[in-house]
Amino acid sequence: MNTLKAAQFRVVFVHVVLAALCTVRVVAQDAPDVGPHPHQPLKPMESHIGHVTGHAKDAKTDYRRYCAGCHGDQGDGNGENAVWLDPKPRDFTIATFKCRSTPTGTLPTDQDLFNTIGRGVTNSNMPIWNTFTDHQRANLVAYIKTFSPRWEKEKAGDPINIPAEPPVTIESISHGKALFTKLECWKCHGPEGKGDGPSAATLTDSKDQPIRPYNFASGGDDARFKCGSTNQDVYRIFMTGVDGTPMPSFADTIQPNDAWDLVHFLRTLQVHRHSKENDVLKAAGGTIPPYVDKAAPSIQPASGAAGGGN
Amino acid sequence: MRMGMQFRVRGNSPWGRHLLPAALILVFLVLSASQNANALPAFARKYGLRCSACHESWPMLNYFGQKFKDNGYQLMNDHDAPIWQNASYWPITLRITPFWSRESTNKIAVDTAGGGTGETRLTTTGFNLSGLDILTGGTLEKNITFLLVPSSDETGAFHFESANVRFDNLLHSPWLNVKMGKFELDSFISEKRTLTLSGNGGGYQLFHFIPVGDGNIFGQLGDNQLGVEWMGHSYNDRTRLSAAVFSSTDGNVDLPYGQNSYTAFLAGSQAFGAGKLGVQRIGGYAMFGVAPTTYLTSAGVPIPGSGLGNQSFSRYGFEGLFYLGPKLDVQVFTQHGSDNAWFGACYGDIISGTCDPANNNTTGILPAGARNPTWNGAFVETHFVWNPQFTIFQRSEWVRMSQQAFATNPSNLGDIDNYVFGYRYNPFMTSRAGFAFHNEYSWLRQRGTSPVTATDLTGNSLMLGFDFDF
Repeated sequence: MNTLKAAQFRVVFVHVVLAALCTVRVVAQDAPDVGPHPHQPLKPMESHIGHVTGHAKDAKTDYRRYCAGCHGDQGDGNGENAVWLDPKPRDFTIATFKCRSTPTGTLPTDQDLFNTIGRGVTNSNMPIWNTFTDHQRANLVAYIKTFSPRWEKEKAGDPINIPAEPPVTIESISHGKALFTKLECWKCHGPEGKGDGPSAATLTDSKDQPIRPYNFASGGDDARFKCGSTNQDVYRIFMTGVDGTPMPSFADTIQPNDAWDLVHFLRTLQVHRHSKENDVLKAAGGTIPPYVDKAAPSIQPASGAAGGGN
Repeated sequence: MRMGMQFRVRGNSPWGRHLLPAALILVFLVLSASQNANALPAFARKYGLRCSACHESWPMLNYFGQKFKDNGYQLMNDHDAPIWQNASYWPITLRITPFWSRESTNKIAVDTAGGGTGETRLTTTGFNLSGLDILTGGTLEKNITFLLVPSSDETGAFHFESANVRFDNLLHSPWLNVKMGKFELDSFISEKRTLTLSGNGGGYQLFHFIPVGDGNIFGQLGDNQLGVEWMGHSYNDRTRLSAAVFSSTDGNVDLPYGQNSYTAFLAGSQAFGAGKLGVQRIGGYAMFGVAPTTYLTSAGVPIPGSGLGNQSFSRYGFEGLFYLGPKLDVQVFTQHGSDNAWFGACYGDIISGTCDPANNNTTGILPAGARNPTWNGAFVETHFVWNPQFTIFQRSEWVRMSQQAFATNPSNLGDIDNYVFGYRYNPFMTSRAGFAFHNEYSWLRQRGTSPVTATDLTGNSLMLGFDFDF
């Protein structure tokens, strides 16, 4: 390699010095504008996902790079993009989470938060962050937990038990439809599950932001729910509720078998999706027969609340 | 010699000439003192994500950004179709870089006082401008995406850098994506997204390397090509495969070369988690094709598009992207290249004047002693991401001829050494615009290619620029 001449060396030297100055300024700037508590040390929070332990301190850069634009540097859901987003980004300072395996009102498990990051949240701007390593996601879970004091005072709830799914039958679909009417699900989700029930326009979340009920009829085979896509996920949503929204928990209202019947009926509202429920309905002629409770008088659908094939 | 003196900077102090860039940096430091984090705005505006979500340091993609691109510029979160956008949204980004630079070349041909030709060093400083990229891209409909990039050089002369439509997730499968048009070849180490910008270090030498005296009209891995590409990837983008077929026109429109000359490019890569180190990716690529060596002529002038006598060429190698923790990543790229002996003897490109028009392969007799020129090369590029706003980078690149087209050539004729280092600082980080202060130095040497004495040709560049897009 030819040696650099003196003039070239001086040019390089001047700019290396200035680069160093620039670096000092960047580093000095780095500290105050990141993290949940700008002038306080980051809490030594951990998360535990299987054999992986996440550390909040290791997620500082990733949170800033990927999350802060929406959720905000303070985790309060007021990132610079929040004003443009609908639904609004989650406010981590109140530690209320939609997607949990734990009973309503309780904190989610670390695994719940880990799953939400990797799954994304459909019908929102929350992407599917499955490009992270397990360590990155675990670190971010720990970091999210630093935003609310609830994580220091409370333990996460115990995951609910999900019993084995019974077979799909036209009777279970019929019973599910009756429950859909009886529990007044149609008031929000609409008689055909299109999210256009009479109460839909009035719904707000716990921060008084307008919120839309889920439209079961939208999407095809790739249709997903906010908290998953399997029948087990739908069951879980009934039983845990979606905290921070008008969707309550039905854990104290219906029995596990009833919840499964409701799952089977809801799948038939996804008219553009191939499913075993739709196959059973098609085999039955495409019409859901009225439910007949052998132990009690049959439940008659409310006027205008018919679903499925009516 | 007169030209060299004409560009000499006045003043006695050797430091004096550097006061201007120094002042610029200091002004910049003061102006940015109260600002905080980053940008590629057309998509960032659409999805409400900071540029840093997709870019290690823009324009270089990170893993999430690569997945977004592989999904056809879609997040796959049900907000991809244009119907979700405000009607006033226009998916357009403009990028340009005003800069100050110092360019120096050790040996340029000059007239001497005695009427002969000599060589001298030429060093030039001054303010300059890059070309303009008008980047438009996004979804025409869910799973039908486009990219259109009208691009100008620094004089404002436009061409289409990219123009393609892509059908994504056909049959609901991420393994079935097809695009047609002009596009970048599917190397996950992308020259279009390199962080380096300077005159002697802005591009990857291996993406454009042609042996000295070679007449192949193609072989340009770094130029966007006209063709069709199938690309498939796993749901989380860990596994990526692609195959493309394109005309051997080096991306030029109107089929100016062969009558039936095509090239294929295959690429595959696999990513895997490495615990706290991050996600690593390794892969390989192979490009092989044919290009013409003889043309029909009219009044002695070759007729564009009449090329026959296809001869072969190939490029293949390994590429890897390794993360050594959250702040440090290393890109490694290798290549073994080979051109047919006809190209080595400078048969092929008589259309644009690279080769003597007399080199029109009408006899089918190879010049005596001609053989396939072959070479090996590699580069290692390192990025130290201090934080999402500040990145320090370097690249070291080497190309070595392993066989010259003629045994009489010096064995190292055309060998290249290239070194680049610099830093890139984004004084703010939003989803609305990108702005980076860019400071870079590069040094390049090619063996035996000075214009008069055929000795080593070296050049170096220093640049300070404001790279911005919005």
